[in-house]
Order: sequence, then C-alpha cells, then structure tokens
Amino acid sequence: MVFMSRRAEFSASHYYHNPQWTHEENARVFGKCANLNGHGHNYVVEVTVAGNVDPRTGFVMDLKTLKDIIAVEIIEPFDHRHLNKEVPEFKQLVPTTENIAAVVWQRIAPRFASGTNCNGAKLYRVRIYETPDLFADYYGEA
Amino acid sequence: MKAYLNRRYRFSASHRLDNPAMSESENRACYGKCNNPHGHGHNYIVELTLAGEIDKDTGMVCDLAELDRFMREQLIGPMHESNLNQQRLLDGEIPTTEALSKNIYEYVKKNFRKADLQRVRVEETAQNAFEFHAPNASHRF
Repeated sequence: MVFMSRRAEFSASHYYHNPQWTHEENARVFGKCANLNGHGHNYVVEVTVAGNVDPRTGFVMDLKTLKDIIAVEIIEPFDHRHLNKEVPEFKQLVPTTENIAAVVWQRIAPRFASGTNCNGAKLYRVRIYETPDLFADYYGEA
Repeated sequence: MKAYLNRRYRFSASHRLDNPAMSESENRACYGKCNNPHGHGHNYIVELTLAGEIDKDTGMVCDLAELDRFMREQLIGPMHESNLNQQRLLDGEIPTTEALSKNIYEYVKKNFRKADLQRVRVEETAQNAFEFHAPNASHRF
C-alpha cells in the first residue's frame, strides 16, 4: 500500500454564523470570525489516496486524474468565492476548517468509486490548511 | 461526523543533554555538541492532533480559542525562553525532543478534556521532528 498526496490552493472568504443564535451569542462563540462582512484565507487542500502500485505504470493512480478531480470539484467552485454565499453546502453549515474538510470529502468521494479511472485507489484523507498553523483532517468517518 | 483538528505552537528554549549516570567522556560520546556544559537552544514547534465530533451548532471539534488559551497558559508560556533542564514538565528526564513529545502528550491528554488528543509532534529544528501517538490512535497521521 502506498499513500499519494496532492495539494492545491484556493482563496476564499467566509464568516461563522449560526442563525439560531443571537448576535451576541455568535460573537461570544466565534469571536472575530463572526464578523458578517467576512474575512478570507489562502486555503490549501491536500488529498491523500491509498492504493497498490500498478506494476505496469508504477502509479498508485494517474496524478493528472487526481489533479483534475481537485480542480473541477473543489478549486473551480471554491476559489475566489464567498463560501457562505456561493457554496451551497455552507448555506446551512458553518464553514469551519473541519466542515470544509468533510464537504471536500463528500464532493470528491464519488470520483473514487469502483469503475472509475482511479486504478482502484481509495480516498484516504482530506486535509484543509486554513493557515500553516491550523489545519483539519477528515477520513470519511460518520 | 468525526474530524481531526491540528494546531501548531512555537516556543524557544535552551537545554543540555547530559545523563549523570554516565561518565563525562560517555556523555560527550553519546550527546556530542548537545552535551556542551553551557547549553544551547532551539526554536521548537509543537503540533497537536485532536479528534472529536464536529459540533452541529459550531462546526468545530473544539473551541480553538480555549485550546490556544490552555496551551499558552499551561505549556507554551512557561516553556518559552526557559531552560528545559529546569522544567517540571520533564520531571528530571533528559530534555530530548522525544521526552518533550511524550510529556507534552501526557500533560495535554490529562488536562485538556474538550477533545481526544491523538498525536503530538515536536520539531526541534526544520530537519528533525519526533512524534508521540496515542496507543489507540485511529489513523496513520
């Protein structure tokens, strides 16, 4: 088994707001992140797949396929967007680093189903860096 | 849904590696430059991995501000610009980065109960790092 990871970047704005709470409660829990004018980050998404090395190609899976999956499913819809306003999942869900990792997993997981061109590689981990010192991982756990 | 929050902290500290059970020449042979009687220092990085359910209301594994406050007040603050040989956290252990990672793991595991600590990584320099993993760690991080 070999693990292969690919990174890509997107820049996006967001804010943290739970509509069931008062303004004061949002400010208390989320601090500066509750500012409804939003703020932004240069995010790094790192996708790790696990699989056996194909003896014919020497690949776990074609890196270009993985790069394209990330570009189409994540970078295109997330880059230079406001996550709360322009990514449907975050209309209801607070776009924390943890939730972004889970949403990225849900978006790309179908592309690794059997019968796809991923050479049998399985999605292992999605890691989202909000900054180099804060990042969240999701492994598909319910 | 279960997710893993990773957070990095920095501190600078001095230390000297010396085992009083060894002779002077044994210590020099074992620890080399790290045995310099005057000590030396590093800019350390501590990286934590904490597991937990993503809270439905907040979207968080745990309150990051609370974690930061705990780390700042109880570990990073007291260690920053200190001599690790005198740190109570290490309780007389030789202040290698291995010992730091194990003791930080044990301290955080015992005292920060808002999420489930899975891993502590301590970088002594950009070229060397040590990790202590929970015995029941869920993944190969």
